[in-house]
Amino acid sequence: MEENRTVLSIEHLSIIFTQYDGGFEQTQLRTIKDLSLTVKEGEMVAVVGASGSGKSLLAHAVMGILPYNASMSGEILYMEEELNQKRIEKFRGREIVLVPQSVSYLDPLMKVGSQIRKGKKDEASKRKSHSVLKRYGLKEDTENLYPFQLSGGMTRRILISTAVMEQPKLVIADEPTPGLHLEAAKRVLSHFREIADEGAGVLLITHDLELALEVADRIVVFYAGTNVEEAFVSDFYQEETLRHPYSRALYRAMPDHGFHSVPGTQPFAGQVTSGCPYAARCAYTEDACYRDIPYQEVRGGMVRCIRMDSDNGGLHDMGKGDGK
Amino acid sequence: MKLEARDISFQYDNGYRKILNEFSLTLDSKECLGLTAPSGFGKTTSCKILAGYEKPEKGQVLLDGKPLSSYKGYCPVQMIWQHPEQSVNPRLRMKEVLNEGDRLEERIVEGLGIEQGWLNRYPAELSGGELQRFCIARALGERTRFILADEITTMLDLITQSQIWQFLLKEVKEREIGLLVVSHSDPLLKRLCDRVQKLDG
Amino acid sequence: MTEIKRGWNRRKTMVVLMAFSMIFLASVAILGHIFREEAMVTDFSRKNLAPCLQYPFGTDFMGRDMLIRTIAGLSMSIRLGLLTAFISAVIACVMGLAAAVLGKFADGLILGLIDLVMGIPHILLLILISFAMGKGFIGVVIGISLTHWTSLARLIRGEVLQLKESQYIRIAEKLGISKGKIAVKHMLPHIAPQLLVGLILMFPHAILHEASITFLGFGLSPEQPAIGVILSESMKYLAMGKWWLALFPGLLLVLTVLLFHYIGETLGRLTDPGHAHR
Repeated sequence: MEENRTVLSIEHLSIIFTQYDGGFEQTQLRTIKDLSLTVKEGEMVAVVGASGSGKSLLAHAVMGILPYNASMSGEILYMEEELNQKRIEKFRGREIVLVPQSVSYLDPLMKVGSQIRKGKKDEASKRKSHSVLKRYGLKEDTENLYPFQLSGGMTRRILISTAVMEQPKLVIADEPTPGLHLEAAKRVLSHFREIADEGAGVLLITHDLELALEVADRIVVFYAGTNVEEAFVSDFYQEETLRHPYSRALYRAMPDHGFHSVPGTQPFAGQVTSGCPYAARCAYTEDACYRDIPYQEVRGGMVRCIRMDSDNGGLHDMGKGDGK
Repeated sequence: MKLEARDISFQYDNGYRKILNEFSLTLDSKECLGLTAPSGFGKTTSCKILAGYEKPEKGQVLLDGKPLSSYKGYCPVQMIWQHPEQSVNPRLRMKEVLNEGDRLEERIVEGLGIEQGWLNRYPAELSGGELQRFCIARALGERTRFILADEITTMLDLITQSQIWQFLLKEVKEREIGLLVVSHSDPLLKRLCDRVQKLDG
Repeated sequence: MTEIKRGWNRRKTMVVLMAFSMIFLASVAILGHIFREEAMVTDFSRKNLAPCLQYPFGTDFMGRDMLIRTIAGLSMSIRLGLLTAFISAVIACVMGLAAAVLGKFADGLILGLIDLVMGIPHILLLILISFAMGKGFIGVVIGISLTHWTSLARLIRGEVLQLKESQYIRIAEKLGISKGKIAVKHMLPHIAPQLLVGLILMFPHAILHEASITFLGFGLSPEQPAIGVILSESMKYLAMGKWWLALFPGLLLVLTVLLFHYIGETLGRLTDPGHAHR
């Protein structure tokens, strides 16, 4: 098989908000800091982070819909070419689609069918939309419903249908399963898996690590505005193959893996200082952790931790489970 | 003490769909009960009814044999909501948010890992996990007898989730507060609860 | 990572411009009050003078200095606007709160009243009330106050209804916090800025309406140096080429209205969270 092309590549992305500090002074809030990741064709990459860690901004940055007081540095490449405002406007909704988090992205006063077709009325579009609905187990007469008549799971499937009408090359799913129970959430995610299997790149943004592990190929662990690790799903089968202390702590905190916790909290995105954002909670912290730390490759994945170096596979001084 | 829901039926005003049908539940102040259901089957609604936010169409909610609505002032049944951002007034500093609740022991604030520096901040300056700790602390006032936790850690990371639950379990055991855990995650419920009740149509 | 960005920004510009507008309007109001006697002084030796260095706005058919008369008229308008906007805001506040809090019947009644007032053309209702109240200062004040509260009352009603259902206020109720305290701590901080902005934006309307009914002869009496009076008198002389009689007072009236509007909009933008960081 020939090498899959890289659909999306984000390099050293930082997002800075300029805001007023109650009075008349402006402050700058760095919510995303030095974030890098890639999504290839046929691949599903999950960015996993807690709410408030700034991960939705990532989706907004790629789609070119950041709020007015945000500015961005770093590079976003789509199909190996810079994705500037002009190009994103050309591709948005066609080759690059966003499946949003909130149901409120549907127009409440418009029938579902015409929303999926984006108002087009020709026969070809109609046939297309019917087949898309059928694919997601929705009946043809769903088209005549209004959004308020849909259940949570149906709404999700409608949002996905809207996205795949134009055969996208890159699908960004921002928290696509809120409020869905496990079975429904898995079903929704399996639709994204299908889209990836058909050759598109899928970037899944979610807080639910357990769900992401079920469907994705790679996991990007997001902590306080930056990515601390990029790992294969199989790396999450056991603690030792994970690269960053935070990912290991996540592993141990799963209800099935002992439910261990670590003191401290994930800082608010704006409060992040330089160096490793996890340093304040980590059991292995040393002075060097507060300086800039390169994002380096270890065992096929990526990690931002000074304890890891590529020579020894990054296992030195880090025994299992004693990082509490 | 006992919190009891008897044969509760409920539908929202638009009458589109019946959400609860003859739903019953008993929660003892010494137990931790799990409640699970597919989405759209009224988990949040049943919490709202049990905490007195909504009036059921049929049936009643009894606390110690008396209707919950007969308790005036501070409600002994406190609900914690899924989205902490909506549970606090964006214009109040966090210390004012805490002061809204009943008298609160310092132990709770510390046990939840709330840092002194956060008290002077506004809600928009805290992460979801940090905010949810405040909401939990606020609900744990002196006169609270029951806590209804509606998916309170769903949006948080796994470490925060385990932190919060470990504290909450210890606290309710010590003070004999009845705890209802609503969640879609079976492993979590298995880990936390004495028994689990399924809600279905 | 937060860094403080020093230096000039848009918000500072807005505040400085707003301050200048306020100073200008306040000095017009005060100067006009001080010179209210001079505005009446007639001197037939200098009548119908075109604008010149000594009389920048010219003089009228009775030899009155148009600059002083315009300022006195504007001063009257501003003070009248202040009073009426304030009374309207109070009515709006009471009505809006009552509709939101006192239950379905009161709500229906007040909404009906709002529709009734809004349904009749403003100027017509104004003239009717002002005329019935015996015209003059009192008539105009009552007329404007009774017709301008509706949209603000509706806004407040909507806000309060929405706030009442918000999660954090419902939680506060369950925490046993009294109604009064919820109103002061949770509702007021949300409504106060909107009320203030609404009040200031009512100003230009009040001033323009006062000027128009006075112009039509149903408002202030002809002896008072009101802008409406000045403009209506000047109509007779416009055809005779005495353009300055209408131009300068008219322009200044427009300027006053625009400045009030600017202040209101700016305040609104500064307090609106959606624009908070621009």
